[in-house]
Amino acid sequence: MSAVIEGAAIQEQSRRAAERGAGFLPRLVRQPIAVACSLVLLVIVLACVFAEWVSPYGPLDQDLQNTAAGPSASHLLGTDQLGRDILSRMLHGGQVTLLGIVQAVVVCAVIGLFLGLTAGTLGGWVETVAMRLCDLLLAVPGLVMLLVILGIYGNNEAAAMITLGVIMAPTLARVVYSATIAVREELYVASARVAGLTSFQIMRRHILSGVTGPALTQISIVAAVACIAEAGIGYLGLGVAPPAPSWGNLVTDAQNLMPISAWMLVPTGGIIAVVTLSLTLLGNGIRDAYMGRSSGSSKAFSWRALAVKVSQAASPAGGGAAPLGQESILSVKGMTVRLPRGSSEVTIVDDVNFHVAPGEAVAIVGESGCGKSMTISGVLRVLPMGAHVAAASISFKGAELTSLSEREMNAYRGTGIGFISQEPISSLNPAFTVGHQLEEAVRLHRGVGKGKARQIARELMARVRLPEPDAVAKKYPHELSGGMAQRIAIARALAGEPDLLIADEPTTALDVSVQCEILDLLRDLREQTGMALILVTHDWGVVAEACDRALVMYAGQVVESADVRSIIAHPAHPYTRALLQSSSVGIAPRQLLPVIAGTVPVPGSWPHGCRFASRCVLAEDACRTGPIPMVTLDEGSAARCIRTDVDELVRT
Amino acid sequence: MLSVVIRRLIVAVPLMGVISFIVFMLSSLAGGSVGQAILGPTASAESVAALNAKLGADRPVLVQYVDWLRHAITGDLGLSVVSGVPVADTIASRIPVTMSLAVGALLLVIILGVTSGAIAAIRGGITGRLAEVLAVLGRGLPSFWLALIAVLVFGVNLAWLPVSGYVPFADSPSGWIQSLILPVVVLGVSEIALVAVVTRAEMLSAMRSDYVRSLRANGYPWKRIVFKHVAKNAAGPVLTMVSLVFVSLIGGTILMEQIFGMPGLGTLMVSATTKHDLQVIQGLAVFYTAMVVVVFLLTDIASGYLNAKARAR
Repeated sequence: MSAVIEGAAIQEQSRRAAERGAGFLPRLVRQPIAVACSLVLLVIVLACVFAEWVSPYGPLDQDLQNTAAGPSASHLLGTDQLGRDILSRMLHGGQVTLLGIVQAVVVCAVIGLFLGLTAGTLGGWVETVAMRLCDLLLAVPGLVMLLVILGIYGNNEAAAMITLGVIMAPTLARVVYSATIAVREELYVASARVAGLTSFQIMRRHILSGVTGPALTQISIVAAVACIAEAGIGYLGLGVAPPAPSWGNLVTDAQNLMPISAWMLVPTGGIIAVVTLSLTLLGNGIRDAYMGRSSGSSKAFSWRALAVKVSQAASPAGGGAAPLGQESILSVKGMTVRLPRGSSEVTIVDDVNFHVAPGEAVAIVGESGCGKSMTISGVLRVLPMGAHVAAASISFKGAELTSLSEREMNAYRGTGIGFISQEPISSLNPAFTVGHQLEEAVRLHRGVGKGKARQIARELMARVRLPEPDAVAKKYPHELSGGMAQRIAIARALAGEPDLLIADEPTTALDVSVQCEILDLLRDLREQTGMALILVTHDWGVVAEACDRALVMYAGQVVESADVRSIIAHPAHPYTRALLQSSSVGIAPRQLLPVIAGTVPVPGSWPHGCRFASRCVLAEDACRTGPIPMVTLDEGSAARCIRTDVDELVRT
Repeated sequence: MLSVVIRRLIVAVPLMGVISFIVFMLSSLAGGSVGQAILGPTASAESVAALNAKLGADRPVLVQYVDWLRHAITGDLGLSVVSGVPVADTIASRIPVTMSLAVGALLLVIILGVTSGAIAAIRGGITGRLAEVLAVLGRGLPSFWLALIAVLVFGVNLAWLPVSGYVPFADSPSGWIQSLILPVVVLGVSEIALVAVVTRAEMLSAMRSDYVRSLRANGYPWKRIVFKHVAKNAAGPVLTMVSLVFVSLIGGTILMEQIFGMPGLGTLMVSATTKHDLQVIQGLAVFYTAMVVVVFLLTDIASGYLNAKARAR
C-alpha cells in the first residue's frame, strides 16, 4: 500500500521537476506583461547604449532660441533652462545609470549566488558562517552606507554602486539559500542520490534549475533598487558632476526649472519610473512563471472565499444511504464536492451517499487522492478556498445542513460534530499554549467562566490520559510529541461533547506504538460517551481495530460499503480486494506484499466507465462503456462493480 | 526573553564596532588628511602637516581609531572638521526632526498598511489586487520625484501646505504638524502597499493552515478565528516587515529632508558628504547603525512575545 503511494509520489515529483525546468521560458513568454516589460527595457537600453548615434543632439548642445521649452517637433521632449535637448540628455545620462545598475547587479549576483549556493549545498559550518555574515550585512542601513562611501571617495559612483551590490547581496544569498534547501529536501534529489549521482551532478542538474527562478526574481528587484538609488545619488548632486547628465541630476535640473515650467519633471522622473516599474513587473512575471501559475490566478483568495458554496442537488439514484426506517445520526445523500482549478471547477468527490448510525464507527478507506478527506470536509464545510458542495441532503440529527448558512453551521460544528485532523501538531495553533487552546474550546462550547473552564480542561486532559496535565498545559504545540498533541486535539474535540467525532487519519502521522494507544483511547471514549465515529484511514489494521462498518472510496466515488468483518473476509469490489492484499491484514508474516499496478486517476481525468478498470484484472469491455451503479449485494452491503459474480471464483 | 535580548546585544555591540572600524579604515584609505580638508587644497604642505600634528591626525590609523572609540563610548564623537562644533551635539539637535519624519511615516504605514491588508485578506475582491498594484508602483516610483510633484500640486498650485522648512513642536504644535504632512505622506506612501501585501499574504497563509481548518471544523466564530488566531500568527512576519520598512524610512528621510529643507540628520549627512567632513560622517554612520540595531532589537523582543518558536530559537 505505502509502496504504491511512494512510488507514485517519486514519479510525480520527478515529472514536476522536469516540467519546472523545461516549462519556465515558455511560461514566461506567455505572460504579456513580462514580455512587454522586457521589450521596453530592451528599447531603452539599446537607445542609451547607442546614444551617440540615436540622440538628435549632443548632450551639451544648446539651442538658445528655445530655452525651457515644452515638447516640439525639433525637441521631442523639450529643452532645459540652457536650451539643451532633454531627450538627448536623457539618452546620454542613461549610460551612467545603466552602468551603475550593471555594476551593482553583477557584484550582488556574484556574492549572493556564491554565498547562497555554497551554504545551501555544502551545509555544516560553511552554512553557519555564510548565514551569520548575511545577518550582519542585513543590519547595515543601505542609503547611509552609500553616502558614507560617497563622502569618503568623493563623487565616485562606481564605488557607491559596488557598495550597493554588496549591501544587497545577503538578501539574494538568503533567497538562493532557501531555494537550494527546498530543492535539496525535495524527494527527487533524494532519489537522484539513491540513483548514484555525485553531489556535483545533483547540484548542476536539479538545484540550478530550482534556483534560477527565485534568483532571477530577486536580481530584477536588485536592479530596480539600484536604478532608484543611482538616480537618488545623482539627484542629491553626489553622482557625476554637471554639466554631464545623469537621470538623477536631470530631476534636479527639473526641480530648479519648476518656478518657470513643470514640464521637465515629466520625462526625467518618468524614465526612472518606467525602468524601475518594468524591472519590478518583470520580476513578478518571472516569479509567476517558475511558480507555474498564470498571473492573477491566486488573487481571488480571501476569508470570504473559505465560506463554501452549498447548493441543493436533485435526489440521488439511491444506494448506500440509510435503509428506510433505520435511525441515523448523519445521513449524506448525493454529495458532490468541486474545487476551483484555474478558471473552471474540478470534481473531487462524486455523488457520495452514506449514513452513520448513533454510536456506530464508520471507516472511510482508500488510497491517497480518492476523496476521503474531502468527503468529510464537505460535510463539515471546511474546504479549500472557492470550493463548492452540492448535495441532495446532508442531515445531522434530523437537521438539514445544506440549508444552513456558514454561521448557522457553527451550532453543529464542535458541539454536534467534533473534528480531529491528521497532523496533530499543526492542527493546534502554534502561537498559544495548548492549555489556553483547550480552555478556550471549553469556554466557547460550554459557556462557562475562566475558573470552571480550567477545571473542565484538566478533566478532559485526564480523560485523554495525558500525564502531568499542569505541565503539559503550559507547553506550546511544537514542544509536544505527536501522540501528546493528538490527545490534546482529541480533548479539544470532546470539549463540546459531540455526538459524532470525525477523525481524519488520526494515527497516520504517529509511531506504531502511539497509534495503538490513540486507537484504544478512541474506542474507550466511544464506550464511555456513546458517540459515533467517522474514521478516515488507509490502514486496514485501524479499520479492523476500531470500526464497525467501512466505506471504500476510489477516484471520488464510494465503491464498496459493508460490515468490517464481512468486507475483510469477503471483499466484493476488486479494488477493495487489491487494497486488502497489499496491506498486511490477513497475510502471513514475511510474505511479500503485492502492490496495485498503476495509480489513481487524477480528478478531472476520470474515465466515463468504471474508474478502476485500467488497474483491474477482471475488467472487460462492459466495464468501460458507462458509469457503473452501486449493486446491492447482501443486507447492508453494496459494491460498484458489475463483475461481483466472477469475484467469488477468482478469490480462491 | 532576557536571553534573546542578550544574544542580540552580543551581535549588536561588535556590529557597531565593525561598522565604525570599516568607516574609519575606508576614510584613511581614501587619501587626503584632516588638515587638508580643513585648510583646503591651496594650503601649503607645512601648514597642513602642522595642523595634522596638532589634531593627532599624523598618528597611525589604528591608534587614531582606538582613540576615537575610547571617546565614542563616553558619547564624545569628536569635533566637526568643518565647523569645529562637537559632532554629538550637532547630531542630538537634529534627532527630533528626523524622528518626527520617520516615526510619523511609520505610523501612517502601519495604520493604513495593516488595515488595508487585513481587509484584502478577509473580504478579497478588488482590495487585494489594488494593494499589489500599489506595491509595485510604490517600489517603482522614485520618492524624490513624487515629493517634487507633491510640492508642485499641494504646495504651489493648491497652496494648502508649506513646501519647505520645519517648525519645532515646542514653537507651534499646529505648525509642526503642517510642516510634517507632505514629507511624511510622501515618505510613507511608497511603503504602505508593501506592508499591506505582506499582511494579506501572511493572513491568507494562516487562513489556509491546518489549525484554522480545525478551529472552523470545531465551530469557532469567524471573528475569534481571524482576529485572535490568525492575527497572532500573522503579526510576527508583519512586524519583521515593519522593522525593515522603518530602516528604509530612515534612509528615505535623507531625501525628504533635502527636498523639504528640513534641518535633520539627512541634510547633515548630505552636507558632510559634499564637504568631506569625515568626523561627522563617522559619527552619523555609527548613530544610524545604532538606530537600526535598536529597531531590530525591539522587533526581536516583540516577535519573541508573539511567537513561542522564535523565543526558543
